Amino acid sequence: MSMVKFTVEDRDGSKQELEAPTDMGLSLMETLKAFEYNIMATCGGMALCATCHVKFSRGQEQLPDKNDAEWDMLDTLPDADESSRLACQLRVDENLEGAEFKICGDLE
Amino acid sequence: MITTDICIVGAGPVGLFAVFEAGLLKMRCHLVDALPQVGGQLSEIYPHKPIYDIPGFPSVNAQELVDNLMEQIAPFHPTFTLGERVETIERQEDQSFVVGTNEGTTIACKVIVIAAGLGSFEPRKPAIERLEEFEHGKGVAYMVKNPELFRDKEIVLAGGGDSALDWTIYLSNISKRVTLVHRGETFRGAPDSAEKVFNLAKEGKIDLILKANLKKIDGNGSLKSVFYEDADKNEQTIKADYLIPLFGLSPKLGPIAEWGLDIEKAQIKVDTTDYSTNVPGIYAIGDINTYTGKLKLILCGFHEGAIMMQSAFKYVFPDKHLSFKYTTVNGVHEF
Repeated sequence: MSMVKFTVEDRDGSKQELEAPTDMGLSLMETLKAFEYNIMATCGGMALCATCHVKFSRGQEQLPDKNDAEWDMLDTLPDADESSRLACQLRVDENLEGAEFKICGDLE
Repeated sequence: MITTDICIVGAGPVGLFAVFEAGLLKMRCHLVDALPQVGGQLSEIYPHKPIYDIPGFPSVNAQELVDNLMEQIAPFHPTFTLGERVETIERQEDQSFVVGTNEGTTIACKVIVIAAGLGSFEPRKPAIERLEEFEHGKGVAYMVKNPELFRDKEIVLAGGGDSALDWTIYLSNISKRVTLVHRGETFRGAPDSAEKVFNLAKEGKIDLILKANLKKIDGNGSLKSVFYEDADKNEQTIKADYLIPLFGLSPKLGPIAEWGLDIEKAQIKVDTTDYSTNVPGIYAIGDINTYTGKLKLILCGFHEGAIMMQSAFKYVFPDKHLSFKYTTVNGVHEF
């Protein structure tokens, strides 16, 4: 099983390095939920609710480009910026190695 | 007042199929949906996408599934209130309910089934203080329902999507002054609309403020000014009668959250014996409910509807005995 390491900053500022498998076909949103981060994921991964909004402080350039659905959602989100991504649209794979991001999605 | 046995909140695939399961037990259904058409997300968001996990259909387009469900439930003549959102439920003395919508429609029923999926899509609000103070006609509006309201007024729009572009163009013709505040430098929306907005700005017909973020609003009873942070991080002020933030829609539980139901992370907790909620006579099926092992799949919602209707029978026909029958043995009896 191949693994990837990245750093997650929770809403309260606490940071944790996670090690996650890359061969289970999980999205970053699903992985964060599996690690019991508080993410609503209302829409279940369809880029409709933006409750899995994260902002990258490191490693964003390694990530694949946003698809239209992700662009459309981030375009309308009031608190999004250039570092924003939707965790549900990112696969957990080697592109995340060494990345660091903060969880920003709404909790209501 | 509409009178029915079962009022189903949400006309997505799960709400629609629940009509079939109710119909087999001779229970009538009325469905209410905030969207103007049936089908929920399937029709609204991905009508042409194939779905691969409906039993018996190796692949079926979302809209085709909705059309098939409508055909399947036709013998039971369900009735619909579309384009209205359920706001209130009132328990009657005989333990039945009266459901009320935002447009004043009322539905008397014995059982309520919440099949509302993700909830209703509501405007996303920017995180600035005092917004609520100026909502409801005092200067902050999240959609343009009646453009005449903005005639000869000073308007600030915020956002970078299609609706921000479209309303900027429209209101520039009737409002006294239109300012569009956008976080980015470019617009991903329709290129035609973006070009029009840039041209209006060049001609001095609107103010286009790019790389800027809303910071706060001020006023006294009604909105007076909007503050934003410009590209150089300086705070600037615009005089405004109205602020229209257009940051898209996000799914919310809405009024359902006020009905005394046991709710966890915007989902309704149910007893998996019969998908009943903590309120007798109210059930929740499909993506809106939660329980240990929950899977947000259409096929699971179908299953929940079948089980749930067997339980609802006791509220609709308290004096009758329920006997389970197969459609292959008994057929489908229209009523």
